[in-house]
Amino acid sequence: MTAVVNVFLKDGVLDPQGKAAHHALDSLGFDGVSDVRIGKQIIIKLDTSDKTKAEAEVKEMCETLLANTVIEDYTIEID
Amino acid sequence: MKVAVLRFPGTNCEFDTQYAFEKLGHTTELVWHENEKLPENIDLVVVPGGFSYGDYLRSGSIARFSPVMKAVINYANNGGKVLGICNGFQILTEAGLLPGALKRNNDLHFISKHQNLCVINNDNAFLNKCTKGEVLNIPIAHADGNYYIDDAGFKKLEENEQVLLRYSDAEGNPVIVNGSVTSIAGVCNEAKNVFGLMPHPERALEAILGSVDGVRMLKGFDA
Repeated sequence: MTAVVNVFLKDGVLDPQGKAAHHALDSLGFDGVSDVRIGKQIIIKLDTSDKTKAEAEVKEMCETLLANTVIEDYTIEID
Repeated sequence: MKVAVLRFPGTNCEFDTQYAFEKLGHTTELVWHENEKLPENIDLVVVPGGFSYGDYLRSGSIARFSPVMKAVINYANNGGKVLGICNGFQILTEAGLLPGALKRNNDLHFISKHQNLCVINNDNAFLNKCTKGEVLNIPIAHADGNYYIDDAGFKKLEENEQVLLRYSDAEGNPVIVNGSVTSIAGVCNEAKNVFGLMPHPERALEAILGSVDGVRMLKGFDA
């Protein structure tokens, strides 16, 4: 199975990279952009074929290491 | 005093840190990150600056799980004194020994310069040789020094006098350097035995290098 983890700064925590990219898009004439957030994607190959088990395990990985929950939120997709 | 100075792959301020504490008359010992134990009879653990594990994932996030950090967490939880400088500060927040987190500087630049700092609280084992409101000039050198803490956490910091230093002008008024919440440059934990700051006091020991204000800071740990 493959888990795709997306980690982003929480809403309300200023994302300086997103802000810089937003500013650049504005400068390039892309109108109508109301917000840009930049995060990271982590792709994890798992040996198990048990989706429930995989979800629990990846959640623990996120809480322990992959995200800093003081400033970041994460989403998990498993296929 | 005996000082343990930690060393991870990518640490680069360990020798400056040793030099600083030895110049102040203390003995030091480097401790490699794979060690599961700290040396016997130490009075202070310093987590020095650098780029442990290349700052991969987040600054300090991998180093935080090194074998030696288990010993440091134990040591701190038993009242042992721990100082984190720059990357060391990042490691201590990642380890949960200090509140808050350090994120990318607001302007996305690596900032390297001498910076004035205002002493906010000195009733602790670190800044007791400094006076409240005093302005110190200490070099900073970081890309991820933007201190974040939520409102509830900030309120606790203020109430318990855990804010140590703020970036300031020469008169002590706060200035925005990297986007830190209320210009915070250093904090301690609630029990006031774990300290973290982004500036480098170990680089401010010689007048010829621009400042000796680091001496007064690091002398705080003298018995």
